[in-house]
Amino acid sequence: MTEESDTHLPFPGLRRRGFLAATGAASLGALALSGCGGPGSDDGKGTGDGRPRRGGRLRAAFAGGGASETLDPHLANLFADVARAKALFDKLADYGADLSAQPRLAEKWQANKTLDRWQVTLRKATFHNGKPVTAQDVLYSYRRIADPTKGFRAKASLEPIDLDASHATGKRSIEFVLKRPTAEFPNILAAFGAYIVPENATAFDEKPIGSGPFRCVSFAPGRSAVFRRYDDYWEGAPHLDEIEFVVANEESARVNALLGGQVEYAHELDPTTARAHEDNGQIEIVRLRNSAMQGFAMKTDRAPFDDKRVRQAFFLIADRKELVDGALSGAGEIGNDLFGKGYEYYADGLPQREQDLGRARALLKQAGAERLKVTLDTSAVAAGFTEAATIFRDQAAKAGVTIDVKTGSKDTYWSDILDSGTLCCYRSGAMPIEAHISQRLLTGSTTNATKWHHKDFDALYQQAQSTPDTKDRAAVYARMQRRLYTDGGFLIWGFADWILGTARKVKGVDRKAPANTLDWARFDKVWLA
Amino acid sequence: MTGLRSFVARRLLLGVAQTVAVVLLVFALTEALPGDAAVALAGDQPDPARIAAIREAMHLDRPAYERLAEWAAGLVHGDFGTSVTSGRPVSQYLAEGFGPTLLLAALTVALLVPAGFGLGVLAARHEGRLADRLISSVTLTVYAVPEFALGILLVTVFALHLGWLPPTAVGYGTDLLAHPAALLLPVLVLLSRPVCSLARLVRAGMVDALAAPYAVHARRYGIGGARVRYAHALPNALAPAVQQLARTIDWLLCGVIVVEALFVIPGLGTVLLNAVAERDVPVVQGLAVVFGVLTVVLNLGADLVAHRLAPRAGVAA
Repeated sequence: MTEESDTHLPFPGLRRRGFLAATGAASLGALALSGCGGPGSDDGKGTGDGRPRRGGRLRAAFAGGGASETLDPHLANLFADVARAKALFDKLADYGADLSAQPRLAEKWQANKTLDRWQVTLRKATFHNGKPVTAQDVLYSYRRIADPTKGFRAKASLEPIDLDASHATGKRSIEFVLKRPTAEFPNILAAFGAYIVPENATAFDEKPIGSGPFRCVSFAPGRSAVFRRYDDYWEGAPHLDEIEFVVANEESARVNALLGGQVEYAHELDPTTARAHEDNGQIEIVRLRNSAMQGFAMKTDRAPFDDKRVRQAFFLIADRKELVDGALSGAGEIGNDLFGKGYEYYADGLPQREQDLGRARALLKQAGAERLKVTLDTSAVAAGFTEAATIFRDQAAKAGVTIDVKTGSKDTYWSDILDSGTLCCYRSGAMPIEAHISQRLLTGSTTNATKWHHKDFDALYQQAQSTPDTKDRAAVYARMQRRLYTDGGFLIWGFADWILGTARKVKGVDRKAPANTLDWARFDKVWLA
Repeated sequence: MTGLRSFVARRLLLGVAQTVAVVLLVFALTEALPGDAAVALAGDQPDPARIAAIREAMHLDRPAYERLAEWAAGLVHGDFGTSVTSGRPVSQYLAEGFGPTLLLAALTVALLVPAGFGLGVLAARHEGRLADRLISSVTLTVYAVPEFALGILLVTVFALHLGWLPPTAVGYGTDLLAHPAALLLPVLVLLSRPVCSLARLVRAGMVDALAAPYAVHARRYGIGGARVRYAHALPNALAPAVQQLARTIDWLLCGVIVVEALFVIPGLGTVLLNAVAERDVPVVQGLAVVFGVLTVVLNLGADLVAHRLAPRAGVAA
């Protein structure tokens, strides 16, 4: 794999969020486009793109996983895996542009009063072999994911569901029994990798059967996957006849293939490439904002960051603009030490933090941490990491803090920084704010890289999960975020754009959906003009 | 001839021992890398419980020597084992990666031999004159350009600006022969540096050989210039060049990672790079066996050819 290819999806989606009862049919009903490019009901995404035209083959280049790639949707790990999985399969729900759960195969969901039992009704949909999607398929899929011997990525997300007690109440209705109240249950249905496969499906390399907008024609791991339009797709057949996913790990190769007309869509481009081609008319550059949070994780359970004044000093050391300009080549926005800018429940009322070296020095002095020396772990695992580390080292030097940048292996970085070290570069893809909290900031969280262990914080989270009213719940999330803003372990300095390039004839590409959400890499809504 | 036969037998035996040593070394080194396949696969979600489950599913929880012994036992029966990451047979990885690699290597060598030797001989014939100085300076310049830079340069000019050739081989998969235009630039990049080193070696060898007493002697006997050059001097000049050629072929067959990445050609270099990143030990070992065998066979072949060309040089096992 090359540098670009191992952007392991920063994204283990997790858990809950949503309304007590979301009636999905209403919110999405308008989208049933007729397959023949009928009355040009543009789905509001590629506004100005004109009337969808049917036909053609689109070739999309992604960084991939080489000869080990699989079409098993539950093993999806890389962006390329997810793009293929979402073309072939569906989830019960998926994330909208603000990371709120939107109904997909689930038509609606309804909780009981205590939020620990949820009735989910499936919409009428069929698999590529013509068989209907049933409650049994859903239960089989979730049980497969939760198999303790497998280690599927979405297993942690499904943890709140008691799958032994959950059962079908009809052909298209399921009662999910939860281990505890979970107001954000719909987030679980939208979790990363929680795709619905037909009952008893085990092999996915040879023509896998799903219910997604495309059916598999051929698959050569690490090279290409060709999918054809599924005419009976529940949301209306895609405009394209065929989509081909090709793998090109080198960013320059993806750009060259796009410029040379060998592909029509290139995923994951560098900011410098984007700038070079933004206005020259050859290709279209699409920037998906707020796609990747960028920051530093301070381990709050050990010196020097067990003193909150040191953490606060570090918040004030960061010149966020300089970090965004330097490490992200300007392709992004500054952060305010909170995850999920622009997402549902984001506390955008808190004042934007600015660099204040004087106060930082004063705080360090109070904490008895003058002439502080810290090691900052980084690695080439993600774009901008090593640059961010050196920029921050220089910023810290101005506040009298000596930072020693240590570059580690990119293949094992995330595992290396989970428990060891004190300060490290950190990034995350889009996920609901609630999922960020439950995965990383609770005492029992599986990837708590800041070692944020606070009983009262855990209790607030449980309180939010037991609160049926969305407004009341938002208030609890606001309290939690204020706490993290004041003295949390994540110094979140920016949010990187996710950059795509497309040929000019490609229309209907969504420009708002952060990477990993429903409308990102969604080829059933795209057409060739 | 019996001496030669026993030499070949000894070399092959030594080659087997060398390959075994390479495989053991590669196994030890891969094991020594930080993290294993489970950690690499867990990526940015390094939940320890999940890593443990993956490790168990991949049978990585068993001791290293056990895994090595089982793999070696399979190898004796021609079974390269299965990838820990995907569960697919390693032989499939090797077979699919070998096609594009072999094709690129064959094309490159087919052009390299006439170009390299021809330029070398030409330069030697015109030693010190314009042709020689031109060839020598151009080869030196080209040799100094890294493949990556040259590749990008060629793509920019010939594919993107002029639009004569496709910039990459993306989407063509293993069926590269059906798209010969896509092979031109990668072969050119692969060719660039070996041609230079080969031409310079041949030139130097020829210049030495032509100045050697036997060539002077031959001329004194009135043997024609062409015969002295090609029948007497050239074979002696070729011996070192043949060794260099063998090393080049070895390099071409053992994965040309930069060119594969730049032009999206799914050969053995790409397989190796991915396998190491994924800590997919059986695939890495399978590649080590293939590369080891290739190296041994190619070097043996080069020695035999060199022996043929210049028997007096003798063969050293």
